[in-house]
Amino acid sequence: MRIRGRMHRDTSTARERSGRLAVLMVLAAMIPLAGVATPAVGVASPDLEEKVREIASELRCVVCQNLSVADSPSDLAKEMRNLVRELVEQGKSREEIQAYFQSRYGDFVLLEPPKRGFNLLVWGLPFVALLVGACGVYLVARRWTERREPVAPLVDPGLLERVRRELREREGSGRS
Amino acid sequence: MSWKKALIPLACVPVIILLAYGFWTDPRAIPSPLVEKAAPNFKITVYDGRDLSLDSLKGRPVVLNFWASWCYPACYEEAPLLETTWRKYREQGLTMVGVAIRDKEATAREFMRRFNFTFPNGPDPGSKISIDYGVYGVPETFFIDRQGRIAYKHVGVLTPGLMETKLRAILKES
Repeated sequence: MRIRGRMHRDTSTARERSGRLAVLMVLAAMIPLAGVATPAVGVASPDLEEKVREIASELRCVVCQNLSVADSPSDLAKEMRNLVRELVEQGKSREEIQAYFQSRYGDFVLLEPPKRGFNLLVWGLPFVALLVGACGVYLVARRWTERREPVAPLVDPGLLERVRRELREREGSGRS
Repeated sequence: MSWKKALIPLACVPVIILLAYGFWTDPRAIPSPLVEKAAPNFKITVYDGRDLSLDSLKGRPVVLNFWASWCYPACYEEAPLLETTWRKYREQGLTMVGVAIRDKEATAREFMRRFNFTFPNGPDPGSKISIDYGVYGVPETFFIDRQGRIAYKHVGVLTPGLMETKLRAILKES
């Protein structure tokens, strides 16, 4: 009975092993199929994603603090990214997509403000400030170098001469 | 040399002008490029199943309100005013439409039940309508006149006085 029992266990183990092997073989056979099937499931092409990222990185997430639509984890930014993707898929150009968001949110939505109107101050003021500062430094430096007048003596020359004379006289009387 | 002495105060003038501009401008005011322009058309399937579009409301003044049940307390403060205004002015041709932003249907319905909303409200899948209207957050309200132009956009909770003023402006136009 024991032997029979053991044999039974042995045969069942062998069956289990062959069953597992069959499952593994089926799974192994499915691996290439899975690889082929993956892109069809809806993963966008790298080129499309790159273009979406490029456009989204120039758009401001309107509910964040200085984050682009590409970088923000907020729900609105995610939906804006999806919309950018949709528009790219429709064949819209980068300029057209930017113009669309600009027409809805104004210049604020652009991370790089357009160079016109009041925005010109943002672009021009740093250079103007730099120029004014450089002129100021130049003028001050020139004043320092040109107006170097002889330093006024700290002691009255007459007094100095008197002290020297008296010292000489004292030295003379000491020797004699 | 007197011009040199005047140079420092003169240099301060543009800085003062810039500061004055900054102080006089409300940093919380978000100008919408859509104001005074044609309101973008929208299509919404309201919670009772009907389809509604702005095009189908041509010739009627429309108040388009963006809300969310998670927008507490602002949307909760504003909701009673929306319903009372709708009931008061519906006979004069006003259409009020509510758009629930990034909301779950169950919580949005609960919000509508709580404030007895009887005007049409619907979800905004993918925030398409919100983005098309340049919405930043909730609540935001658009007053659209009979010509389909956005007459005014309000960010934040509407007060009864402001609601009346803006409503009269879009109702009176023929």
